Amino acid sequence: MSDELTAEEFIEAPPPETPQPSQHFAARFGWATGILPSLLTVLLAFLVSGIAILAIGKNPIKVYRAIFDGTGLNWFFHFGSYSIRIPFATTHVWFWWDTSSTAAQNLQQTLITTTPIILTALAVAFPFRSGLFNIGGQGQYFVGSYFAVWVGSSIAGLNGPVHIAFAIVAGALAGAAWAGIAGILKATVGAHEVISTIMLNWIAIYVGSYLLGQGGPLQNTTQPAIPVSNNIVDNAKLPIFWGPPLLQGLSVAIFIALGMLIVYSIIINRSTLGYEVRAVGFNPEAARYGGISVARNYFLAMAIAGAFAGLAGALDVLGWRYNLGQLDVTSNVVQIGFIGLAAALLGRNTALGVGAASLLFGALLTGTSGRQLDPSIFRPDLAGNLTTIIQGLVVLFVGLNLTALPVWWRKRRARGAAT
Amino acid sequence: MTAMVARFERVQWFGPRAVGIYGIVLGALAFWLMLPPLEARTKVLPVAFGILAAAAGIWSASRGERRVGWGAVVAGLLGIGLGLLATRSSTAHLDSVVVWSSLFAATLRYATPLCYAAIGGLYCERSGVINVALEGMMLSGAFFGVEAAVWAHGWAGNEAWIVGIIGAGISGMVFATIHAIWSIQFKVDQIISGTAINFLALGITGYLFIDKYGDTGTPGDLANYGIPDIHLSFISSIPFIGPIFGQLNLMIWLSFVLLIGTWFFVFRTPYGLRLRSVGEHPRAADTVGINVFKVRYMAVIASGGIAAMGGAYLTLGFVHSFSENITAGTGFIGLAALVFGKWRPFPTYAATLLFGFSSALANNLTTYGDQWGPLFSALPYVLTLVAVAGVIGRSIGPAAAGRPYVKQ
Repeated sequence: MSDELTAEEFIEAPPPETPQPSQHFAARFGWATGILPSLLTVLLAFLVSGIAILAIGKNPIKVYRAIFDGTGLNWFFHFGSYSIRIPFATTHVWFWWDTSSTAAQNLQQTLITTTPIILTALAVAFPFRSGLFNIGGQGQYFVGSYFAVWVGSSIAGLNGPVHIAFAIVAGALAGAAWAGIAGILKATVGAHEVISTIMLNWIAIYVGSYLLGQGGPLQNTTQPAIPVSNNIVDNAKLPIFWGPPLLQGLSVAIFIALGMLIVYSIIINRSTLGYEVRAVGFNPEAARYGGISVARNYFLAMAIAGAFAGLAGALDVLGWRYNLGQLDVTSNVVQIGFIGLAAALLGRNTALGVGAASLLFGALLTGTSGRQLDPSIFRPDLAGNLTTIIQGLVVLFVGLNLTALPVWWRKRRARGAAT
Repeated sequence: MTAMVARFERVQWFGPRAVGIYGIVLGALAFWLMLPPLEARTKVLPVAFGILAAAAGIWSASRGERRVGWGAVVAGLLGIGLGLLATRSSTAHLDSVVVWSSLFAATLRYATPLCYAAIGGLYCERSGVINVALEGMMLSGAFFGVEAAVWAHGWAGNEAWIVGIIGAGISGMVFATIHAIWSIQFKVDQIISGTAINFLALGITGYLFIDKYGDTGTPGDLANYGIPDIHLSFISSIPFIGPIFGQLNLMIWLSFVLLIGTWFFVFRTPYGLRLRSVGEHPRAADTVGINVFKVRYMAVIASGGIAAMGGAYLTLGFVHSFSENITAGTGFIGLAALVFGKWRPFPTYAATLLFGFSSALANNLTTYGDQWGPLFSALPYVLTLVAVAGVIGRSIGPAAAGRPYVKQ
């Protein structure tokens, strides 16, 4: 009698324990498993897109070199003896690098692009930990930027920092509310967050097209023929600390983004909320049994994600965009939300990983832009599409655990031999 | 006959359900009265009708008919909003924007790519694989359809569009195969693999397009060997019907065939039953000897081919050129229609018609310089959001969608 299995045990009976090479590997090189697959992913993505460059008769190495030079990351390799002014002060001190070279200006552009990518990547990473896939970073980014443009341009005579804070908070809250719709739908009626965030993306785009279009409420008051918003007032612009203020220098937005990386890390790893969010992500049923409100955490995860993405939109407007055109919204030029998605996946949803992956994509976007890339080496519009291909390959390969593939292959062969 | 009479007598004309339906009709009336040929020019009418509709909806919802009731409330609010918008523009303007026969013809033109995408998605999702890559598959069909037609033009002449459609289908199937291998074989999250396909298709089509046509654009004579229109001379003289159906593209007629064929295949054949069983409960299907992996592979690959034909219609049959990211979200509206139609062929087609209508209206409004055109473009997405929120009946997909199958 006691030898008989119950029906459940019969179905769920675990396979006999066998030593797994992958476990052995993870125990010894656990620290590397986080980085190694990502590095392999990037390597593979660049290799495959190198074939695309070869296919049209260009030299991939030369092209990649030109893109790299355009990113300004080569700035770090040119040492010398220079003097710089400490930001927001008058004192000059000695410095290792030349802060006013062309490479330095390229680097500023890279960091400007990296800023929103970090935040939209966090907007994907945070709900990911609770088991939700926020594909709506793009829409949340746009909604945040609409509110930042509105607050930044419509109130005059406000104290600088107050105005900036007001615009940033408005953008972040708007993003949170936008993503919160998807969160509430998931929490209350169980609507799939992927469907609802895709819908919210497009609604945000068309609403923006209406708001900024001719005769729209946000369109500028001076030139009715041009579908662009008013410029935000000077008081609402973020302080520029590196580069010429008139030629799109680097604003303090990058520090806010870096700060948010730390905030994200603390919330996820050190707070009750982060614990609950992760618990829901591991197993919603178990979390519910443990007294955690799954619905509340779904909503909070989405709202906080939306706040990150909305913040990205607000910082872009206050940091360098200064206004928003209908074409910015409708022409699909701005793909920050989707690049953030790739960066979050590549960074494996950890703060450090997200930061590094965002820098990679920020650099790629900058290096392939029309302003940075030499057209005689490679057409910038071709290179822009190359970035999209690399982005696609990264997302494609990141889902595969590349370091586990050999193990999988060996097991498969062994199984084939056994039968 | 007596049964029908008996049933007729049992209808509660003032029951909660009936009142809710009246509310929906009132909401539609609120907008319709403002349009040609009636064109009531008062703001009172839409507001009155809309409020009546909403009130009827709330009454009906409070009596337990939540779906119909809330539907009526939404219809009433939409009626007020759209009706008020309509009173703000001049009658001459309305006459030029709202020409019903041309609007319906445009509706069919806009609905057709959506139909292909949605039907493609139907096969894929009914087999238990979520397909957010419809957009990318359409885009690849749009580009490679043109590419194949241009290549074949030399030897196939004006029939090059046949090669174009085939080329488009193959390209969509190639992308779908990647999606299938990743989500079925490697068991990667289906959303992630679908998103990757979207990026890849966007990048690859843009890359090849710039490389080949970057300076000149696609050939200007593409219309000569594009997918032909079917001229039905015998009905073109009938008023209203003639202008709509007299001159439709071949692909529009094919989409009707595809729709009915899909319904028959999925719900009336053993193969369709297998497809649905794999999507609902793969383990049970496996136990009775259905090859889950094979069914899913075939469904995903077929979905790519069908969605890509929608893209081919867009470039070879509709606009006769290709530009970067020409689909611009069409695949996502197709996905929305699928969700809105609850993964069933005919409701899904009705949804594509509704979405096509709002696109046609948006396009007409923008052409005549109306600022709220974009808001009509957003309508499909808003309606789908409302649908997934459960207002118009819960929209629940195949039970096993999104979960890779692990054979034991």
